[in-house]
Amino acid sequence: MRISPTKFISLLFLVLSVFYLYTAYNIQVFAFDENAPFNARTFPIYLGWAGIILSSLKIILPEKVITEVNHKHLDYKSIIYLIIISLIYAAVILKIGYFISTSLFLFASYYFLGERRWGLMFILSFPFVAAFMYLLHGLLNIYLRDPFLKYIGVMG
Amino acid sequence: MIEGILIGLSTALSLTNILMVMVGCFAGTIIGMLPGLGPMTAIALMIPITYGFDPSTGLILMAGVYYGAVFGGSTSSILLNAPGIPGTVATAFDGYPMAQQGKAGKALAIAAYSSFAGGTISAIFLLVAAPSLSKVSLAFRSPDYFALMILGLTAISAFSSKGQFLKAMMMVVLGLMLATVGQDSLSDITRFTFNNMNLTDGISFVLIVMATFAMSEALTIIFRGKDPNRAAKQISLTELGSIKVNKEETIKMAKTIPRSSILGFLIGVLPGAGATIASFLAYGMERNYVNEEEKQKFGKGSVHGLSAPETANNAACSGSFVPLLTLGIPGSGTTAVMLGALLGFGIQPGPRLYQTNPEIFWSVIMSMYIGMVVLLILNLPLIPYIARILAVPRNYLIPLILFFSVTGIYLMSFNNFDIFLMIGIAVVATFLRLYDFPMPPLILAFVLGGLMEETLRRSLLISDGSPNFLWDRPITLIILLITITIVGWQIFSTFRKKN
Repeated sequence: MRISPTKFISLLFLVLSVFYLYTAYNIQVFAFDENAPFNARTFPIYLGWAGIILSSLKIILPEKVITEVNHKHLDYKSIIYLIIISLIYAAVILKIGYFISTSLFLFASYYFLGERRWGLMFILSFPFVAAFMYLLHGLLNIYLRDPFLKYIGVMG
Repeated sequence: MIEGILIGLSTALSLTNILMVMVGCFAGTIIGMLPGLGPMTAIALMIPITYGFDPSTGLILMAGVYYGAVFGGSTSSILLNAPGIPGTVATAFDGYPMAQQGKAGKALAIAAYSSFAGGTISAIFLLVAAPSLSKVSLAFRSPDYFALMILGLTAISAFSSKGQFLKAMMMVVLGLMLATVGQDSLSDITRFTFNNMNLTDGISFVLIVMATFAMSEALTIIFRGKDPNRAAKQISLTELGSIKVNKEETIKMAKTIPRSSILGFLIGVLPGAGATIASFLAYGMERNYVNEEEKQKFGKGSVHGLSAPETANNAACSGSFVPLLTLGIPGSGTTAVMLGALLGFGIQPGPRLYQTNPEIFWSVIMSMYIGMVVLLILNLPLIPYIARILAVPRNYLIPLILFFSVTGIYLMSFNNFDIFLMIGIAVVATFLRLYDFPMPPLILAFVLGGLMEETLRRSLLISDGSPNFLWDRPITLIILLITITIVGWQIFSTFRKKN
């Protein structure tokens, strides 16, 4: 038997709802609130049950419209590269600072998406981020934390 | 009311706010023009920039972006047959054939004039309707609000689900579940944080919007990059033809605009409906109104067929502000994003906004009108130049969207846990979108989650835990009956199609 992707997603949602409901029943409430008409558990419990009922219905009922996705037309390679670059960006942003990490992220993203015009790639990364930082920090007075630029004395 | 209009005008006509409307309209047009990116993404990307502004200025900027994005969506519909947003799909029916006949400039001008007229007429409706509705909505109590939120969520699920109501309702529940993460507002008990300190304050609204819209849309564009059906057809962007509209075309527009404006505004006011439904209904209604000869031109470059959806979608945008400004309950995904931004400024929209912050209430209404004028004066002559943005390669576009998304989150928390969480949610949202699980119901549910729990808490405490509050008050009962009708209709249409 072949399970459609929509039903598989609904199954995952059912598992999530069961877990959510289990966690909801285990929320610690104050002793005096235990038998109150409404406490911190009430709303999550309703939601857990709603999730279970809706996902079960989606699994049980026949599909009226089947969403077909042709996986041959999906660009898995580019998206995986982009997600990995984003994760590395998130991991290093606090360590090497906003300016360098963001500029490198943009440069690497252009490269992995197939761009090879080096001059344009450079302009749309380092000077672009510098201009954006000036707009936020210099003109709009929005604080932008960058330990590296602070260390070298560019930012106050 | 006159005093309010003057307050609104003096706020909206300050140099900073006029500049913000212009910047908003311009930025919105550019973002909305890019296929796949709609007003929600455009507004979400603007949120970090509004952090430094006062609430009126921030909201005026976002309103400008909203209108600009709707207008920009029409441009890509007409030039490329690739609607930037669902609300401009109907625009492509007659706009694209006109462009193919070498009348792209004229089609864009008709779209701009119709948008202007639709937006202006509905802004006047809003001006009259909003204060009166604010007074009426003061009679609403917690059970009514709770029922109204249930109605809004059900309606948005019914309208945005493309016939897959259960999927949309699952997204509603997921949005509400995400809203319960963090400290409970009354007892301060932490829920669903799994001892992670970063989740104690809950998941930020900006994070959810950025992840499910801006970032996931960017990832979807890359993901579906090889799909031949989605490859945009490029027409010459340098030869758009004249933007002059002749007398005959003006007369046709003059007949279409009033009826489409009224329809668009009324549809926009309904919770969950909005520009998409308004534009399709206006297109269908217009086809029924015109004579047989004109009817034959529909789908082949009809002025009526282009003007009707364009008027209605802009009128619906103004209409969608009515429930937000008067009840504090957004009727659409886009106004939900605006509600989130307003809450971020520490302002609770609702019936009392009219009394407590009249400058915000009125300046938003006034800036809508100014936005329409700006769109017409600024954008129309610039169309041949703005249209070149459609040629921006996705290799540059996608990283820039990701950059704005990450910056928005970084500015808020200076913490990389939020960035990881955003990437995770964006990846899940990308797969959910692939299988037609709609995101607007999730956003609306996430925004309303806290308020919904609060009103349910009050209602249950007042009724001592009994569900009687659902039918004790006539307003609650009527709202719930409408909700049941929508659900019943969805079930009926499912079985009817199956048979």
